[in-house]
Amino acid sequence: MDHNKKKAYLINAVAVVALYLVFFVLIQTKSMNNYFVGIAIMTCIMIIMAMSLNIVAGFLGEMALGHAGFMAIGAYASASFSMALIDGGLPLPHLVILILAMIVGGIVAGVFGFLIGTPTLRLRGDYLGIVTIGFSEIIRIFFINFGPTGGAAGLKGITKLVNFHNVYWVTIVIAFLIFTLGRSKQGRAIISIREDEIASEAAGIPTTRYKVLAFSLAAFFAGVGGAMYAHYQSFLEPSKFGFMFSIEMFVIVVLGGLGSLTGSIISAIVLTVLPEMLRSFAEYRLLVYSLVLIIMMIFRPQGIFGRSEFSLTAFIESLIQRKNVKNSIGGGEAS
Amino acid sequence: MTVLSAKNITMQFGGLTAVDQFNLELSSNELVGLIGPNGAGKTTIFNMLTGVYVPTMGEILLNDQSIIKKTPHEIVKLGASRTFQNIRLFKDLTAVENVKIAYHNFIDYNMVQGMFRTKKFWEEEKKAQEECMKLLDIFDMGEYADTLAKNLPYGQQRKLEIARALASDPKVLMLDEPAAGMNPNETAELMETIHFIRNKFDITVLLIEHDMKLVMGICERIIVVDYGKTIAEGTPDEIKNNPDVIRAYLGD
Ligand SMILES: Nc1ncnc2c1ncn2[C@@H]1O[C@H](COP(=O)(O)OP(=O)(O)OP(=O)(O)O)[C@@H](O)[C@H]1O
Ligand SMILES: [Mg+2]
Repeated sequence: MDHNKKKAYLINAVAVVALYLVFFVLIQTKSMNNYFVGIAIMTCIMIIMAMSLNIVAGFLGEMALGHAGFMAIGAYASASFSMALIDGGLPLPHLVILILAMIVGGIVAGVFGFLIGTPTLRLRGDYLGIVTIGFSEIIRIFFINFGPTGGAAGLKGITKLVNFHNVYWVTIVIAFLIFTLGRSKQGRAIISIREDEIASEAAGIPTTRYKVLAFSLAAFFAGVGGAMYAHYQSFLEPSKFGFMFSIEMFVIVVLGGLGSLTGSIISAIVLTVLPEMLRSFAEYRLLVYSLVLIIMMIFRPQGIFGRSEFSLTAFIESLIQRKNVKNSIGGGEAS
Repeated sequence: MTVLSAKNITMQFGGLTAVDQFNLELSSNELVGLIGPNGAGKTTIFNMLTGVYVPTMGEILLNDQSIIKKTPHEIVKLGASRTFQNIRLFKDLTAVENVKIAYHNFIDYNMVQGMFRTKKFWEEEKKAQEECMKLLDIFDMGEYADTLAKNLPYGQQRKLEIARALASDPKVLMLDEPAAGMNPNETAELMETIHFIRNKFDITVLLIEHDMKLVMGICERIIVVDYGKTIAEGTPDEIKNNPDVIRAYLGD
């Protein structure tokens, strides 16, 4: 690790801790009421969902419109697991249960990602999009009819284990892991498929294997997001994980920029907080999404950040040197 | 010693026989030219040799191992790599990243080590960076390392594709019209570089060229195809005076 990278790590670590402290103080002093804390928690969960979707949609460059399905699998699997664990009477600390539930949710969803990815990734573009929609609808209908998890009435009595503090740090860890994935040899291999699949094969990349890997990883993190969701809401109903929810996540990723994690984060914040602020216009939410998408496709089709990352380090440096800020956005190593 | 051989490979597209019973024998460290007029079947031969197409008939051996029905990346691993006639770079990645992707098999850390950035990750990435920079330097492209491939001048893009093909450490390098679109100076320089890398890396080079004169200078042996068939094979001098070749190029 050279000096600049260390500096970048330090700056980002300081920023992450500082942001946490701000929320910590706001929550402790009750300056932020439960309603706003709830929005902050949902925002973190949506950030996890958007970043995980970005592995397939952004890094791999494939249209995946069934992300809610993987989230549902993670949510139901982790909830069933934690309920069984707590019913079993094991005196485990809540944080341990949550971590185990997240791992279970992630792995079960990841396995489904693997099973579904293997045959379907031969398809491309629109076809893959349609198949992923179909898959997530099957998942939803399965849970509507599956008695043991409450069927259409939903799964009640999940212990609430998620609070702002743990969801914040889980989000940070996942952001870190997906970011480093994108800059590892595995991430490069996945990105090369997006750039040119034939050239990727010709460069020696086993493209099928990496496509399945990308799909499984995205499903894994979606499952973790689902686990957080389940243990925050303490109630799950299948109708939540419908097609429109997958589309919402896809819109977030497209708006932030396919392939840009910082873009996903910012756009997840905007598209989660804004509709809450405009509660009275709730019915028009999807209309607003469509409008935002149309406006963006006209003025900035590559998304807010395109494929590049916002770099805090470069931003600070440019402020100090009074350079053109625009140049720093889109700097390579963003960390 | 034979590194790559093709026996009677044939490629049919529907009713069209693009390549008809083509034979090839490449010895180690040879520099062979594959020439022929437009649509003769040169690129199709490359596509069969690199696993993009499965020949309708025939056998291909790379280091005595059959590569029929092997995927392109498996063939790369067995030691054959290529460039494309219409440049196929990873456009939104930098030059050095393009090379690193082909260096993939020599970077030794797993996904978890990569995501958690263990010591192994940093060591291996450092090594990869150094090795890929060395490759770029061979093509005098060090200064372009961090330029996005799509922003490189045309000639540099062609060279980058060759650097990328070399990164997988091939025994056989196949170049599909590497000089297409270059000016005469760039072309002469590129031909010299190809000669140089053949010796430096001790590899076999199979070179498609449209322009006959161009390959005459550097190839020891030339194969001429027309309408999917080999019409002549020999040293540049033999080819130059071959009446069939002259006819193919000038028309009857
Ligand atoms: N995938 C394909 N499907 C159908 N026909 C094809 C296909 N690929 C090539 N052909 C045909 O096969 C013949 C040989 O094409 P090929 O590209 O191999 O020629 P070439 O010698 O590389 O020509 P050029 O010098 O123009 O690159 C042409 O008639 C071409 O139209
Ligand atoms: Mg050709």
